[in-house]
Amino acid sequence: MSPRLRWRKFVSGFMLAMTGVCALVAVSVLFFILGYLVYHGGTSINWSFFTKLPTPVGETGGGMANAIVGSAKLLLAASLLGVPIGFLGAIYLAEFSGSKVAFVVRYAADLLNGVPSIVIGIFAYSLVVLPFKHFSTLAGGFALGLMMVPITLRSTEEFLLAVPRALREAAMALGASKWKTIVTVIVPAAYRGILTAVLLAFARVAGETAPLLFTAFGNRYWSPGWNQPTASLPVMIFTYAVAPYEDWHRQAWAAGLVLLGLILVINIVARAILARGIAVPRA
Amino acid sequence: MHASVRPAVSLNITPSQTGAIGREPIAALPMRMNISELNFFYGPKQVLFDIGMGVAASKVTALIGPSGCGKSTLLRTLNRMHETVRNARLKGEILLDGQSILAQDVTQLRRRVGMVFQRPNPFPKSIFENVAYGLRINGSKLPISEAVEKSLRHAALWDEVKDHLQKSAYELSGGQQQRLCIARALAVEPEVLLLDEPCSALDPISTAKIEELLVQLKDLCTIVTVTHNMQQAARISDFTAFLLTGQLIEFSPTPQLFTTPGDARTEAYITGRFG
Repeated sequence: MSPRLRWRKFVSGFMLAMTGVCALVAVSVLFFILGYLVYHGGTSINWSFFTKLPTPVGETGGGMANAIVGSAKLLLAASLLGVPIGFLGAIYLAEFSGSKVAFVVRYAADLLNGVPSIVIGIFAYSLVVLPFKHFSTLAGGFALGLMMVPITLRSTEEFLLAVPRALREAAMALGASKWKTIVTVIVPAAYRGILTAVLLAFARVAGETAPLLFTAFGNRYWSPGWNQPTASLPVMIFTYAVAPYEDWHRQAWAAGLVLLGLILVINIVARAILARGIAVPRA
Repeated sequence: MHASVRPAVSLNITPSQTGAIGREPIAALPMRMNISELNFFYGPKQVLFDIGMGVAASKVTALIGPSGCGKSTLLRTLNRMHETVRNARLKGEILLDGQSILAQDVTQLRRRVGMVFQRPNPFPKSIFENVAYGLRINGSKLPISEAVEKSLRHAALWDEVKDHLQKSAYELSGGQQQRLCIARALAVEPEVLLLDEPCSALDPISTAKIEELLVQLKDLCTIVTVTHNMQQAARISDFTAFLLTGQLIEFSPTPQLFTTPGDARTEAYITGRFG
């Protein structure tokens, strides 16, 4: 083997190993976080964590039932606001708008995506909390929903544009109007990507804390309806993690584990839904 | 004959008059479509010049010519698919059964003038739903499963797929997919079927099947097909139009165009001197 060839084989082997190591690092971060959460919070997870309210300071035990329900309500409100706006906006961008309008909207969406979440929180505070004069689930959902709009919009648009032109033409050549083509062919062909995008947006805002500090605030008790301050898992984690009590720290870890677990479950369910139906093969 | 020397055709032309566009054998036939003084532009660029020709009912008309001659563009004007392209502009008249297609509702027109594309483009749906699509979106009152079976039989695909109609259309071979697309187009019972190089992505055996099919389909509808394969045009068509750089150079009965072409450029093309 000539030295030149040996050198090339070495470089090839080294680079291959590096790509593998980097892929491993990317995956292991998730497993490291999961393991860390289980190690610190696993012991605090029991039935009462899911069913009981937080206990007063000094008393051990209790749970975060109100925060789990609160987070679910906040995310429901956020999705009801953010997903339709992002989705329909993306349809307008991908199918109807001229290139100049699309450029402006895309640019604005990217900027909105880059706005720090705490600024979104202040915005929601002045727009929803101040006029109603109190914190509420709706205000928190509004803030999180705003954050979902640009992520949903941009990625939905990408997936709509990726639907092959041949499919649009096939539908239109059969006498489908533009709307029918969109509803019966383009969106069904792109729905896997769209659902993935929505899930990403959902997971992203599920862990947001800053926008909720000014909007949903927090609550030691149940929050009936939509118009009261509410507890949420991220804010609970924040509050409990910075408190000086050992028991609260363990509960904060447990809350982190529950939050991650819930997102994981939603992801797995969505993947199972995605696995059904017929995908457009790559060209 | 040259498009440029063709006598001007009035816009309120009737099918019986338009036979004069072709030669004697065409003159005797009823026309399904008539194209007159058709000019077509993509932005500032003109790609079709003063095209005039008829499409005889229940016959196969082939459009041939070298790449970029405008044959696909001409085909796509016949069901106004050109309107899906920005900056496309059309001047002239195209009649379907004596009525201007430009004045019609475009979705209605495309129901009557179906289209099959160069590459098979089935929807990401089952075989059954692909064929049923046109019926569903047009709110057809026909019993759908019977119509699907009928169309698949017409497209000579029924025997191959009857036992797995619920399978993905993408599980079929390329040739089967193209016949599925033909079945899908036939399901809405179009009067005219346009095919844009339907065999160019297929192997010779699949191509032979589709050619055979097109000849049989003449009884069902009028066929216009684009091809850059001259042998194919000779095998399957009754009339052939030869286009070159956006001009209609010659339009004749197929045997005549291939044996005694009336224009030196046609002869040069069909004998393989260019293109």
